[in-house]
Amino acid sequence: MLKYALKRLATSLLTIFLVVTLTFFLMQMVPGGPFLGENVNPKITERLLQQYGYDQPVIIQYWRYIKAMFHGDLGTSLVVKSGYSVMDVIWGAFPTSGKLGFIALGVALILGIPLGVFAAMKHGTVFDRVFIFLSSLFVSIPSFIMTILLMLVFASWLKWLPVAYLENWKSYILPISGMAVYPMFHLGRLTRTTMLDVVSQDYIVTARAKGLATPSIMFKHALRNAIIPVVTSLGPTIAGIMTGSFVVEKVFAIDGMGKYFVNSISSRDYPLIMGTTIFYGILLILCNYVVDLLYGVIDPRIKM
Amino acid sequence: MQYNPDLLKQYGVSEQELELASASEKEGIDQMRPSVTYWKDAFARFRRNKLAIVMFFLLLAIVLLAIFGPIVSPYTYKQQSKDLRQGPSLKHLLGTDNLGRDMFTRLMYGTRISLLVGVVTMVLVCLIGITYGGIAAYVGGLADNLMMRFVDLMMTIPSMLIIIILSVVLRDPMESLFNNPRFSGLATIGSGLISIFLVLALFNWLGMARAVRASLLMNRSQEYVLASEAMGAKSKWVLTKHLLPNSIGVIIISATGVVPGAIMTESFLSFIGLGVSAPMPSLGSMANTALNGIVSYPQYMLYPALLISMIILCFNILGDALRDALDPKMRK
Repeated sequence: MLKYALKRLATSLLTIFLVVTLTFFLMQMVPGGPFLGENVNPKITERLLQQYGYDQPVIIQYWRYIKAMFHGDLGTSLVVKSGYSVMDVIWGAFPTSGKLGFIALGVALILGIPLGVFAAMKHGTVFDRVFIFLSSLFVSIPSFIMTILLMLVFASWLKWLPVAYLENWKSYILPISGMAVYPMFHLGRLTRTTMLDVVSQDYIVTARAKGLATPSIMFKHALRNAIIPVVTSLGPTIAGIMTGSFVVEKVFAIDGMGKYFVNSISSRDYPLIMGTTIFYGILLILCNYVVDLLYGVIDPRIKM
Repeated sequence: MQYNPDLLKQYGVSEQELELASASEKEGIDQMRPSVTYWKDAFARFRRNKLAIVMFFLLLAIVLLAIFGPIVSPYTYKQQSKDLRQGPSLKHLLGTDNLGRDMFTRLMYGTRISLLVGVVTMVLVCLIGITYGGIAAYVGGLADNLMMRFVDLMMTIPSMLIIIILSVVLRDPMESLFNNPRFSGLATIGSGLISIFLVLALFNWLGMARAVRASLLMNRSQEYVLASEAMGAKSKWVLTKHLLPNSIGVIIISATGVVPGAIMTESFLSFIGLGVSAPMPSLGSMANTALNGIVSYPQYMLYPALLISMIILCFNILGDALRDALDPKMRK
């Protein structure tokens, strides 16, 4: 186990290094400096470039960036929150985004997996068919469209829930639903498929023959094996929820990471784009690492 | 006559013990059951799926409208009239947008872009994935191992982030490249779109390469391939007559799986302001523009939003139906 954990940690660190390097050199390829503008005195531009170290050779800039990164410094935002350090922007915004994403993931898991199990238990019935239909439908709606549709129906037309901002518990419902619907049905479908595979195996027949109650068989015996592929798909699911949050925060005007990320792209705030990408990248890779360890814990047959 | 020395050694037969197949024995190979039955079987299974048939015709209608609609339409996607924000009428089937452009025409162009993204990405993914997976399976050994480790590594990279960064980075160089008169032909497709093709292909071929390699290696170790080789089949014959036809199902399943994801990613990128550049409409960028006046003019949001979802739904259901029809494991 320890050997496996260390080996996976090494690959995770390698991936993080790769993402940081890729991001840095890709952003270097963008033509035009950050201080280009009309009627700017070339001397001022030169001074600014010098101040931020942009006059140095790329490789030295890279070295400095990496070194600063280890000290928790990702540079300074140029446009979106001009003058603020990227790290301050991230720490200011991440708690909100993290909370939303965490709740959305929780909702998706708590509702999605049981739905999948019930659909598999009631295989071929109306419930199963309706579930299949709904899940096909909902995994075809991109989360940004889902968010907007929810906002239109429940906030704009029915006026049941607030249109924007996070103020009270009611205002959390729409953003979280927008992020959770897609992963919920995706995980539900996956659970249903793997459950159907598992319940045809001999040990389930044995459990039935012993006279165990169906819910006990399903949740205690079958789900243990059926959950493994679901756990492996958690990494992409977390990435999907994160991508969803970019749009959800934009639509509901929530001061989170996603909003800054999208705004930094549209205003070409390069240090902020780079900083948020690296932050998200490291976060996702670490999440994948934890998921992989979890996978090893749940399924002891995995070669460690 | 050249025998494969490895095979001879493996089965402990000497060259003298072997004799050439007679003409009548050779006929047996040619009279093998034609592989058509697999396709007939698959087609029959596909046809039983009523929902898939409905989705097929819906998609066909959308495709035809996207291809021929803009040719027939009296408007272009950027042509403005003085009638701003008109409701649906005979003149403008779905009304006009805030700049007086015909909604229906713009939606058809946007659909074109979505479908084009799906199809081109699929073709690129097939080209890269089949070549890569094929080479890895063919060379084997250390090279195969390294090639597959590279795929594993690429898989661990959070692709959406790099896709976004790449779209930001590629935007300006692509634009200046297409302003060069030598590439004016490509400019009509648009620089944003070309970078989207590249970026999507770059992160979607991994699954295809894995699937192709696995399928080739799986079939390679089957007895019928050994039998064919024992009868003197050359590697070209084995590849074209046995390995590739038996991997087509896997290739089709992976290829159709790429399409809805590519369309979804393109619409997302266009929605956050990357991707296809104005005034060329993409369904995602139309939704982005509509976001500003969404409470007063929800229809500008609803049309592209529902259209994207419908296209993705069609591809998802068709993809599932194809998998059910083509996957040999599903055969009863």
